[in-house]
Formats: sequence, C-alpha cells, structure tokens
Amino acid sequence: MNWFNKLKSGIRTLVRKRMPENIWVKCERCEQIVYRKKLEQNTGICPHCKHHFRISSAEYIAAVLDVDSFEEIGREVKSADPLAFVDLQPYPDRIKEYRKRTNMDAAVLAGVGKINDVPVGIAVHEFGFMGGSLGSAEGERICRVIDRCMRDQLPLIIVCRSGGARMQESIFSLMQMAKVNAKLSQFADAGLLFISVLIDPTTAGVNASYASIGDINIAEPNALIGFTGSRITGSSVSASEMEALRQAQRAEQVLEHGFVDMIVSRDKMRSTLSQLIEMLSKNPSEVTS
Amino acid sequence: MSDRSYLDFEQPLAELEEKIAALRERAKAEGLDVTDAIEVLEKRHEKLERDIFRNLTRWQKYQLSRHPQRPYSLDYIDRITSDFIELHGDRCSGNDQAIVGGLAYFEGHPIVVIGQQKGRNTSENLKRNFGLPHPEGYRKALRLMQLAAKFGRPVLCMVDTPGAFPGLASEQRSISEAIARNLLEMARLPVPIVVAIIGEGASGGALGIGVGDQILMLENAWYSVINPESCSLILWRNRDKRTEAAEAMKIAAEDLLALGIIDCIVPEPYGGAHRNVELAAQNLKKAVSDALAEIVKIPVENLSKLRVEKFNRMGIWEEFR
Repeated sequence: MNWFNKLKSGIRTLVRKRMPENIWVKCERCEQIVYRKKLEQNTGICPHCKHHFRISSAEYIAAVLDVDSFEEIGREVKSADPLAFVDLQPYPDRIKEYRKRTNMDAAVLAGVGKINDVPVGIAVHEFGFMGGSLGSAEGERICRVIDRCMRDQLPLIIVCRSGGARMQESIFSLMQMAKVNAKLSQFADAGLLFISVLIDPTTAGVNASYASIGDINIAEPNALIGFTGSRITGSSVSASEMEALRQAQRAEQVLEHGFVDMIVSRDKMRSTLSQLIEMLSKNPSEVTS
Repeated sequence: MSDRSYLDFEQPLAELEEKIAALRERAKAEGLDVTDAIEVLEKRHEKLERDIFRNLTRWQKYQLSRHPQRPYSLDYIDRITSDFIELHGDRCSGNDQAIVGGLAYFEGHPIVVIGQQKGRNTSENLKRNFGLPHPEGYRKALRLMQLAAKFGRPVLCMVDTPGAFPGLASEQRSISEAIARNLLEMARLPVPIVVAIIGEGASGGALGIGVGDQILMLENAWYSVINPESCSLILWRNRDKRTEAAEAMKIAAEDLLALGIIDCIVPEPYGGAHRNVELAAQNLKKAVSDALAEIVKIPVENLSKLRVEKFNRMGIWEEFR
C-alpha cells in the first residue's frame, strides 16, 4: 500500500469514526449538516432552514400526543393481496419488504391517545410503507378508529401523508375513499370534530377523500398537496405547466386558494391541535382575559 | 354499416366484410352468380365474430368502452327518460359541461339525472373537455343531488369519464375537495341513488358521482383505480404493459360483480353498445327500473345507514390476533 492509499483509507476511517451513520444528517433543502438528536428533539425540523423532514408515523404520534398515552387500534388488520397482483414484483413480496423496513403491517398507524390529557382518536399515514398508500387494510384501520371515536365521543385527527390509492389493490383501494368518507358522514352527523392534517406529500386518492374534508384542515409548511401525482402528469404535460402545477400544489398556495385553514409548523402542531379541540369541545372552559 | 369504425381486434371482421362487398360488386358488374361463395364467407364472418366477442380480454373491453361510437350519457337520457330539463351551474364559479344534469321523468316519475358527458367530434369534445370534469362539474352534481334530496326525488348517476381533469385550473379550485365532498354527501343523501357505469369509470373522477344504493355496470364498461395505460407507466415503468395492467387490475364488469363492488351487469348488444343503441338503452332502462323498485322499498331513514355499511364492507385484508 502506498502512502496515498494509506492516507485515503486513513481519512475514510477518520470520517467514519467521526460521522457514523445516523448521528449527522444533511438537510435536503439547505444542505447543512444537522445533528440527528437535535433534529429529533425538534420534531424533525431543520434548525437552519425550518425544512420539515419526513418523520415516521410513530415519531409523528410522539410529537403530538402526551407521552405514553397512545394505544394502537387495528394492529391486527394487515395488508393482503386480494387480486393476486403481480407487476414487476408480486404484491406480497412488496408487502414483506415494507414490513421489514417499517416493522408495520399496513401504511396507517391508528389508535387513541391524549393531547394535554384530552382523549383523541388519531390515524397517521406511514410514508415508508409503500408511499403511505391507501389500501383495504389502511381504510379498515381508519374506519375502526372512527368507530371508536363515535363510541367514546372523541375528536378525530388524521395525519395524511400519502401518494394516493394503492394500485395493487385496484378497485378495492378506490373504494376505500368512499368507505372512509361514508364513515365520516356518520361521524359528522354525530357532531364530532374531525381535524385533517396534511403533510408532505398528500396527493391523489387520499387528497380526494378524507384529507380535504376536515372541519379544520391544517397543512405543514411547504407540503405538496394536490390531486395530480407527479408520474402521471409528467408524461403529458410540458415542463413549464408542470412547474406551475407543482407551485399551485404547495401548502401556501393551497391556503391562498382557500382549501386549508392554516399552515402550522410541526413544533406548533401539538399546541394548535390542543387549542382547536378545546375551543370546539362540547364544554369549552371559559377564558378570562 | 359502412360508417362503422373498427377496433384493432375487429380488423379480421373488417377485412372479411370488405371481401364480401368486393365479391358482390364484381358479381354485379360481370353478371355472375356468387350466392354460394357469399354464403360461405358470411358463415365464416359469423363464426369469427362469435369467436372474437365471446372471449373479449379486459383490454379489448376497455377499448370497446372507449369506442368513438359508444353511446354517452345524453344518448341514454334521451332514450330512457322523457322531458329532460337540463340545469346548469354550480352556484360557485361556473358550469362544467363534462357533467350534465337536470330533471326528467323516468317511467313517469320525476327524478334527478346526472351524467358525465364526452363529445362526439372535436368541437363537442372541446366543449365537453373530453369528458374530464372540472371541480364545477362535481359541485353542480352535488347541488342537483341536494335539490333531489329537498324534494324527495331519486337520483340516477351515469358514470363515463377517463378521469377528473388533472390540471392547474382544477387544482386551484381543488378538484380533490369537490370529489371528496361528494363522497361524503352522497353517502348520507336521504333519497335513493342508482349509479350506472356506462363506459369509462376512471378512478376518483368516476367515484365522485359513484356512491349509491345500487351500482350497475354495462357489460363492456371498465371501472378501476387508474386506467391501464397509466398503471403500466407507473408500475411497469413503461407504456407497453397496458394489456397486462388491464388483466392484473381486474377492471371488467364480471370481475367487479365477483368482488362485490357492483350489484348488476347490464348486458350489451352483441359487439358492444354502439352496435345497437336502442337495445343498450332498453337494457339499461330495465336495470335502473329494477334497482329503483328495490331501493324504494327501503325506508328513507335507513338509506344512508345501509349505504355506509355497503361501502364499509368493501376491501380485503388479513386479520390475526
């Protein structure tokens, strides 16, 4: 080994020692190096540019609920392969792969918990499981939480982060849009509060169903929110049109056009949810100013 | 039928028909008797036609559902209802012409009828936006459904769209919200809703007027989460797998009946609805009539609950504790 190689390997060792994976991460927007622990303490927001990293569904729940208050519902409901679907890969293989990656059996984590001691129902899409896509298991998990909310008179929060309906379940995934919204019609008739939280990205089938019809719709800053996913329009639309479309799908533009109530950064999400739930609860406490 | 347009898989039929016509012409010109030869060819034609249409693949049905001569919503409204009065506008911002709707008599009873409408030629298609509705279309549909609810009239929705319009204008006025709102409101509409998928049932654009007590589907219509071309592009990452995609997604009426998504298949005339529009309309009318007769037996106050339960049953998952 000559001196140069020795030096190179030496540098490599040095770098590896100083920056083991996962301790530091690079912000995809401002490209600054961020200390992971700091990022985690900051609900996944870059301390330099406020970019919202994509955190997992479990991390999201930890960011908004009281510590250790979460109780999962629908864990036994798992993605199946109703149509024996094979594209480049059999669908069950994909499920297995994502199960290994996320330690989840479906792309929604649902349950009940508390925010400042007030009980709530919550469902959070897991983007790491097939892009958070909506299939039969996901629809069923969400509906079970809605049922629980109706039984116990709880407000409902759905945190949407999804590419849309899951194509491998074809018509069944399309029907989940109707299934969840139909259930939400009963929920609405029961006079209960539904808050939809739209985070990056919320597109296609999920955007065109429950994500858009909260009593309150809250978006995270800069989140992509829209009907048309990227791969579809990319084929038939010019680059400049595409750019205009993407701009229109940014949370700030969606607010401008009147389809979300507010944009809330993730570190303020818990307190915002808490306040909204209090103000719209059956017996709001009086505030003396 | 010289003005008939042929799909690729119908080409052998077209060739044979041409051959027969040419033979007839020559016989006429030269004064020959070719009755026997023509009879043979016609027999062959009959058999060929049977073979083709008896074993249509899902992709071929998809093609039939998009046939340029296929009857559209207004063709059926014309034939199965009377005294149609079209109503326009969503009372928010515009009047979408890819969705039509209004009041009409169905078997003597006033109903609200809504349908997605394509154009027959270029100028019509520009007006109808190729059957791709903007948010105003869905909002108009909802407004008409709420009119139906107020006056206790049943609703008939005819689905025939290649999709909701995916573009800047429809995003700005939130096509997503318009569809989503309809899904919720249709679930609790306190009057009977019959949905008929008459041609293309593409994804959320179709579902946006597709929630009802009974879902009927024409024999060669298709209904799925995405069209086979786009599915091929996304899942196979190229455009050539559309036939495979159509098969894998199980987009045909008989698939959806077996999967419990639709309630009834409406038979089409041999070779597709366009081959005999009167007969197709008659079949549709009968199916709608039967469906309505069943739904009106249900007490109005139970309609919404049953509708929610119907859609709640849709889906297949594994469950272990």
